Amino acid sequence: MTKVYEKSPVFFDTFERKPSYKETTHYCPGCGHGVLHKIIADQLAELGLQDRTIIVGPVGCGVFIYYYFDCAAVSSAHGRASAVATGVSRANPDSVTISYQGDGDLAAIGTSNAIHAANRGENMIVFFVNNNIYGMTGGQLAPTTLIDQISTTSPYGRTVKNDGFPLRMAEMMAGLEAPTLVARVAVNNPKNIRQATRVIKQGLEVQRDKKGYVFIEVLAQCPTNWKKDPKDACEWIDNVVCKQYPLGIYKDQVAEREAQERPCERVDFAAVARQLGLEESPEKPENQIEMIAEELRFKFAGFGGQGVLSLGMLMAQMSMEHDMDVTWLPSYGPEMRGGVANSSVVVSKNKIGSPVVDHPDVLVALNGPSLEKFGPLVPAGGLIIYNSSLIDHVPDGLKGKVYPLAATDLATEAGTAKAANVVVLGFVAQKTNMFELADLEKFLAKSFKKPALLDVNIKALRAGWEAADKS
Amino acid sequence: MKKLVKGNEAVVIGALVAGCDAYYGYPITPASEIAHAASEYFLPLGKVFVQAECETGAINMVFGSASSGLRVMTASSGPGISLKMEGVSYLAGAQLPCVIVDVQRVGPGLGNIGPEQGDYFQVVKGGGHGDYRCIVLAPSSVEETYHMTIEAFDLADKWRTPVFILTDATLGQMIEPIDIRQEKIHRAEKPWAVTATPESNENLVTSIYLDFDDMENYINFLHDKYRQITETEAKAEVYGADVPDIVLTGYGITGRMLRSAVDKLNEIGIDATLIRPQTLWPFPTDVYRKIVKPGVPVLSVELSRGQFIEDVRLALPNNKVKWYGRVGGHLPELNELVNQAELCLKEAAND
Ligand code: SF4
Repeated sequence: MTKVYEKSPVFFDTFERKPSYKETTHYCPGCGHGVLHKIIADQLAELGLQDRTIIVGPVGCGVFIYYYFDCAAVSSAHGRASAVATGVSRANPDSVTISYQGDGDLAAIGTSNAIHAANRGENMIVFFVNNNIYGMTGGQLAPTTLIDQISTTSPYGRTVKNDGFPLRMAEMMAGLEAPTLVARVAVNNPKNIRQATRVIKQGLEVQRDKKGYVFIEVLAQCPTNWKKDPKDACEWIDNVVCKQYPLGIYKDQVAEREAQERPCERVDFAAVARQLGLEESPEKPENQIEMIAEELRFKFAGFGGQGVLSLGMLMAQMSMEHDMDVTWLPSYGPEMRGGVANSSVVVSKNKIGSPVVDHPDVLVALNGPSLEKFGPLVPAGGLIIYNSSLIDHVPDGLKGKVYPLAATDLATEAGTAKAANVVVLGFVAQKTNMFELADLEKFLAKSFKKPALLDVNIKALRAGWEAADKS
Repeated sequence: MKKLVKGNEAVVIGALVAGCDAYYGYPITPASEIAHAASEYFLPLGKVFVQAECETGAINMVFGSASSGLRVMTASSGPGISLKMEGVSYLAGAQLPCVIVDVQRVGPGLGNIGPEQGDYFQVVKGGGHGDYRCIVLAPSSVEETYHMTIEAFDLADKWRTPVFILTDATLGQMIEPIDIRQEKIHRAEKPWAVTATPESNENLVTSIYLDFDDMENYINFLHDKYRQITETEAKAEVYGADVPDIVLTGYGITGRMLRSAVDKLNEIGIDATLIRPQTLWPFPTDVYRKIVKPGVPVLSVELSRGQFIEDVRLALPNNKVKWYGRVGGHLPELNELVNQAELCLKEAAND
């Protein structure tokens, strides 16, 4: 006697992952899931893919697919199988990742995840089991339920007016550019099963060869919720369901596609450091900071585009290189409206507590509104430096010491009005005793690589420094 | 080597130093710079970066890669974290290690993009369905954000659990120096992961236990683990006077501002001490009980109208704990905090 068929070795002999009744499946008699499982298991065995296969199960009757397949498996939340499978596939570039989903799962709650996995062309094969009803939850209306079909949530039959049209997923998926193979098959009679087997085999080969995304919609019988005996259920697919959901290959680009490798690399710290552009031993400034106080709290304010944020950053960067603790906080949200941007910088010899600058020791106001807003907040003993090129009105009653600085004019003289913030940097550095001119110039040389630009900025810096010297 | 970086970028650098393999995210202000930096650094290194179709997509991609044994992360802000919570419950249920960053903004609803700490309940007490816990780390500076991200990956591996890093719009947007160097990483063996090898065929990542007894045993097992985490991982910074007249407490950016308030109070002759929880779950109850003697008043400050304070009160049932905070995107001024502390002391004296 010759053996013509045996149980796929990809199936368990007994279902040990099942809590009880380990010899029987949990599916109803005549259910289409079992037939589909058998085809998949046979083809995985034939192609020798069992040890590379990872099955992502859905929520629905297929939730317990892992009872039967002797493969690694992951359960996902309702509708999320395609997203979970994306994470599995990206993490395991050599895997055959199967996402097994029902019609509620894929075509209702998880449509977005399903479409986008397809659209990215993930290396995965999706089995979309369309039995046009919710099985496990008790026979409710699915997006795929036929017009007039009775379900527990369409007790008078599905109407277009209330529920819209049955959703044709294979056609939708085939409209996308990324998928490699899209088909609709059925598992209700020997002829359809043979055709399904061919397509499924081809789909698994695509996975073996890493040629991208495969979507196989499988019309499956659900005798229980259709309230039909298994034979009638199979016939109903031929006579009714297939009219709404025609079988066929909707897209086939298997021959044209190349393998797509998506890396998932482990790298060492050296590679990370290179990627971050970390220097081995950065040049240290020569001079120590002798600030006028242990801690200085700065506010730089002006129009957006006047470089107040980058002025703050220049100060912060210089301070850090001088081994000071420093924080930089940008103005945010509604504060940004009305044309006033600001950055708060705290420089300290000690660990900085609050990075928020309510009452600045040093205010730099590059435009009128900033001076109006922040000037009164500067306490006695604080410095208020304002851009006298643009501001002609100084509010009364300021407590801080007020310095006009024609920052825009001086910058224009140096070569560009854009360098006004560097004029300010020179002024502030001199007034607060924070940095030596030579260190600042070295710092600018690192920041401005183009000689002409550097030249302008050095001129601007010196102009600011000299103005501070004189005032 | 020292580098000036935004809090949001520090998360990504920390992740790289910790050997994070994959990032899945979705844009949202004020967390987007995390995704920007992740895409900039991960892709050229051959690591996985995917901008997902939605927050649920991102968290479920995290689920898939965590199932596969990767070090994996995602980040968002309040509204996005709400969406991710379904996935967080499944991750906790399946005991999958991963790191999730919440850069808190103002809520409820759309709120605004300013700083707030209103996600405390959502992140610290659950948020998703079911009876689970996640470790929650609360940095208060960019440097700490960096180090806690590295630590978060180790904790996630060690305990097989999702770990949250709870920051806010201010911490995410501010820039400070961080010192980047190679760190000792404790990457766990993950024999349970699905890896497309024959050895992993028997592996099953799931959170479903149909049998009531099995499920009860599993939940009890999880809670036994949570008890161990509570006993070993709770942490807080204590700063200021040894024998305080008043204790100030807050986490994250607020905790840091309170450090300045403590300095100010000590300058004017009031012995004040800061307790700043660095883990919000587990909550450092023991630290509070050790530092705060009976009768000492406590000022609890948060950028929400009374969430964090519930845990402080649970830790200190016999002390008067007064709430103070700002919401809507405002940060309290230093003077405001000092005044509140003085008021709190005065009220305690009158009691
Ligand atoms: S309810 Fe339907 S789909 Fe579910 S197992 Fe039974 S027959 Fe199969």
